[in-house]
Amino acid sequence: MAPSGVFSKMNKKQKKALVRILIAAALMIVIAFLPVEGPVRFLLFLIPYLTVGQDVLRKAWKGILKKQVFDENFLMAVATIGAIALGEYTEGVAVMLFYQIGELFQSYAVGKSRKNISDLMDIRPDYANREDENGTLVQVDPDEVEIGSVIVVKPGEKVPIDSVVVEGNSTLNTAALTGESVPRDVAPGDNVISGCVNMTGLLRLRTTKEFGESTVSKILELMENASSRKSRSEAFITKFARYYTPIVCYLALALAVLPPIVRVLFLHQPANVGDWVFRALTFLVISCPCALVISIPLSFFAGIGGAGSQGILVKGSNYLETLSQVKTVVFDKTGTMTEGVFEVAGVHHAVMEDARLLELAALAESYSDHPISRSLKEAYLRTAEHSQEGTAAKIDASRVTDVTEHSGEGVTAKVDGIPVAVGNRKLMDSLGIAAVECHSVGTVVHVAVDGKYAGHILISDRLKKNAKEAVSSLKKSGVGRIVMLTGDRKEAAEEAARELGIEEVYPELLPGDKVDRLEEVIRGSESSDGKESPVVSGSSGKVAFVGDGINDAPVLSRADIGIAMGAMGSDAAIEAADVVLMDDDPLKISKAIRISRKCMRIVYENIYFAIGIKVLCLLLGALGKANMWVAVFADVGVMVLAVLNAIRVLNVKKI
Amino acid sequence: MKKTYKIEVDCANCANKMEEATNKTAGVKAAVVNFMTQKMSVEFEEGADVNAVMQDVIKNCKVVEDDCEIYL
Repeated sequence: MAPSGVFSKMNKKQKKALVRILIAAALMIVIAFLPVEGPVRFLLFLIPYLTVGQDVLRKAWKGILKKQVFDENFLMAVATIGAIALGEYTEGVAVMLFYQIGELFQSYAVGKSRKNISDLMDIRPDYANREDENGTLVQVDPDEVEIGSVIVVKPGEKVPIDSVVVEGNSTLNTAALTGESVPRDVAPGDNVISGCVNMTGLLRLRTTKEFGESTVSKILELMENASSRKSRSEAFITKFARYYTPIVCYLALALAVLPPIVRVLFLHQPANVGDWVFRALTFLVISCPCALVISIPLSFFAGIGGAGSQGILVKGSNYLETLSQVKTVVFDKTGTMTEGVFEVAGVHHAVMEDARLLELAALAESYSDHPISRSLKEAYLRTAEHSQEGTAAKIDASRVTDVTEHSGEGVTAKVDGIPVAVGNRKLMDSLGIAAVECHSVGTVVHVAVDGKYAGHILISDRLKKNAKEAVSSLKKSGVGRIVMLTGDRKEAAEEAARELGIEEVYPELLPGDKVDRLEEVIRGSESSDGKESPVVSGSSGKVAFVGDGINDAPVLSRADIGIAMGAMGSDAAIEAADVVLMDDDPLKISKAIRISRKCMRIVYENIYFAIGIKVLCLLLGALGKANMWVAVFADVGVMVLAVLNAIRVLNVKKI
Repeated sequence: MKKTYKIEVDCANCANKMEEATNKTAGVKAAVVNFMTQKMSVEFEEGADVNAVMQDVIKNCKVVEDDCEIYL
């Protein structure tokens, strides 16, 4: 980047600082070579010193007036004035100069990375094209659009508000929300989610929500609040800074006062006050905690932003921290590892025509809205359409009478006057009908007609295409224990687990059982860490639960960290979970864990690096081995390096 | 009641100090200063006069960090 380009990107304050630095640097060099001595030299050096350091001195003075002495302005003022008082004019001016250069760089770098990260999260639509009654388009603020208004989204524009398509066909790009540009085709009647970009055709939409309630606003709110939930490391740094600065100041004071006294009183040597005061000043310059205070929150901010760019919403720095310690992942099966779409896979052991059995079952279930009943009805309509050649098939509810729902078992009803029972094995048992076991994988719906067993219908749910890879990639990332919970039948659950490579599976659980089972897993992970594997004891592994977020809310909130899938448009998932995956891809779970680990690694690198260098320089300073230049490096140099390191977190593409 | 304000502050440590000062202000239940997004969210005590409390918050923040702005 050309220097002029950098200059034009600076704000007013930064430009002013840069100009001052350049003038002061030029003056300092000129004066350093002038053959003047004594008070004249002192007065001449005051010019660049005040040019570059006036705001630091002013702030330090104001701080003293307000009894807020221990801030960095105070430290710099004392150190440089001290140096000048000791006759080290060049040193005093140069330290102030370098301090200001560091401040400028930091302000520029932090500002720029803040902007980069914010840009990643920038899915906020700027306007909406509202159609008025007479058909003219008006560009308005999305906030002003009421529910039920008609808006027009042209190709290349963002959908500003959650709506339903009235007219037009198009392809939407969901990349801004999910991190992956999987195009999604929409036609009239389809729901569209705000934040998607319209790619091909003109769309007329009717809004179904207010802007403030739309997906895009919810996500933005979540992202902005995310870095407010502070992690333990951040809290540690804040606390550290609060004690550290005063302690260093008192140490510096001790360093300036005690050794000379000891030398004079006990060793009978000259006091060398100047030398010790100078060491104390060096000490003060080194001490500034900025490197930590800036780089740690910045790392978390970058981690949350980077994850967001991949369609992974992390609700707070604390969750990023927990996510990095996950050793156990518990999955829900339906909707998480499977598509959650049920399809009739076959009709077995039927004593009548398959289509007839399907018809009776579909009619008996016609009042239910359960996914399984829906799949029965859909399958019936499909076969009926085939046989009737074009005449639209319908479910005639008037053929059904005496419907009784047996909770958790099934339904009994009369279809055209014939008693029909549709349900699981328990229903058959309670009716005293011998059912034929099914050996295929899936949900089995037994049907009895007129009190006699009539066969069963197999309904199955496909595994997601990335599900298997998701499990193996979790294992590769060092997640030791993978568990699957499901309300499904034992056979179906075990078959799915085998296919996915999951060893531990708990089938036939009711929603309440899932919480109990998860608690057992959590207890297990705590105790096994202590006993079986002493190597990892202390770093007690955290337990993550992954669910679809709609009916798993209690389990999601019970886990150490709850990850909700497929959150597009579902407020419930966003509320209940700590981490939200915007698309349905289970592969994102291991990616989220790896991003969090990278972020935490960099956070710890910065903590150890910054504290390490500071302590080393403080020791050297106390021993008189570090001059002001080392001190300035320990202050601004370390900070700049830590900031640059923090920005590395943003590179999440290839994780 | 909770409100969010836009702020302007230059350094992260100063933001921490502002947060501390705001939390100590009477009428403030809890406050979080977000340096990265340059925002401050303040939760007020029941029945507190928001405007008066915010004037105090500004005053207290100016004490700990002269170079800060809170846009009401």
